[in-house]
Amino acid sequence: MIATLRRTMLFAPGNNPALIKDPQIYGPDSIIFDLEDSVSPAEKDAARLLVFCAMKSLDYGRIEKAVRVNGMDTPWIRDDVEAMVRAGADLIRLPKAECARDLVALEAMVEAAEVACGRPVGEVRLMAALEGPLAVLNAYEIATSTRRLVGIALSAEDFVTSMKTSRSADGVELFEARGRIVLAARAAGVMAIDTVFTDLSDEEGLLREARLIKQMGFDGKSVINPAQIPIVNGVFEPTADEVRKARRVVAAAAEAEARGVGVISLDGKMIDKPIVERAARVLDLARASGAKVGEEER
Amino acid sequence: MDILKPAVAGTLESCDAAVTVEPRPAGSLPLLELVVESSEGRFAAKVGVAARAALAELGVTRAKVTVRDRSALDCTIRARVLAACLRGAEPACGAEPVAKAAAPWEALK
Repeated sequence: MIATLRRTMLFAPGNNPALIKDPQIYGPDSIIFDLEDSVSPAEKDAARLLVFCAMKSLDYGRIEKAVRVNGMDTPWIRDDVEAMVRAGADLIRLPKAECARDLVALEAMVEAAEVACGRPVGEVRLMAALEGPLAVLNAYEIATSTRRLVGIALSAEDFVTSMKTSRSADGVELFEARGRIVLAARAAGVMAIDTVFTDLSDEEGLLREARLIKQMGFDGKSVINPAQIPIVNGVFEPTADEVRKARRVVAAAAEAEARGVGVISLDGKMIDKPIVERAARVLDLARASGAKVGEEER
Repeated sequence: MDILKPAVAGTLESCDAAVTVEPRPAGSLPLLELVVESSEGRFAAKVGVAARAALAELGVTRAKVTVRDRSALDCTIRARVLAACLRGAEPACGAEPVAKAAAPWEALK
């Protein structure tokens, strides 16, 4: 499926059968089968086959099936792409994307695989992980590189190493990168996905970071453990008051459209298009959180 | 597909299976010997079926194959058998060079 929400993208090491057999039970919006950093060079072939066979035979329900393939400069990328497109991946996430050329080259590989296996051309979406300073500086170029690209993601561990610093509790070292990525994503009309939070014992820290990136405008966060999913999803879950207001805005917009009225008003105030779009997104998030937002609740 | 050298894939971790393939000397019978050791004995036959299906996919008809199962799903058995066979089909060091055994993705369903 093609996700409209990516609040949480859960990484699962591609060569670990226990971790790839039922990630859907934890409720992430996307599962990212990892063929890259979590798999040693000697096991790349086995991981690729394991993810291929799992995707071919297991039912992951409505969760988006994404795969983090190996980088464009590795000997594994072609096999990764061919196998994952044939296996039915919804999205290919490219690590260490540096410039638009990387995504254009990846798209050519994906398209060739789609044609070879009979999938509709354009069905497989792309996401780019930005892991170095050049990538962050090229964020807009990458975000607009191909129509298949649905999002750009920050990968902070490599980024801070390149920047000769390390990760801190307040994330000051990531402000510039996060700001540029979310700005580029919004300008390009694609999603912005934040980096993983690696301290599994620090739930407060994760909550703080999730609130920060939501406020900055990110669409979601990569996570590395199922226990992180409810925390991050909870941050993106609208409050009952937000849902109530959003329902009224969307209803007012629908009524104005039905009456052929150009100006939308609610409680005597004019409602413009960005407010309607924000309200629609609030309702999308509420639905994803399991809330009923239909007519019957008005 | 010919198994040219011993090879292993998978692990003995829970939900996984360790699969070993070995060449069979010419003239030895049976041509294909499959040994299954399962942590859940009652599933050994099912593991054997999954392993044989994977061997058939690659056309492996002469080898000794050992599957040590740790409650793996069928798709994991399949993946580990495929990986072990493809590794075993690569030429041994110093042997006559032949094409590297790439996964035949177009043939795998």
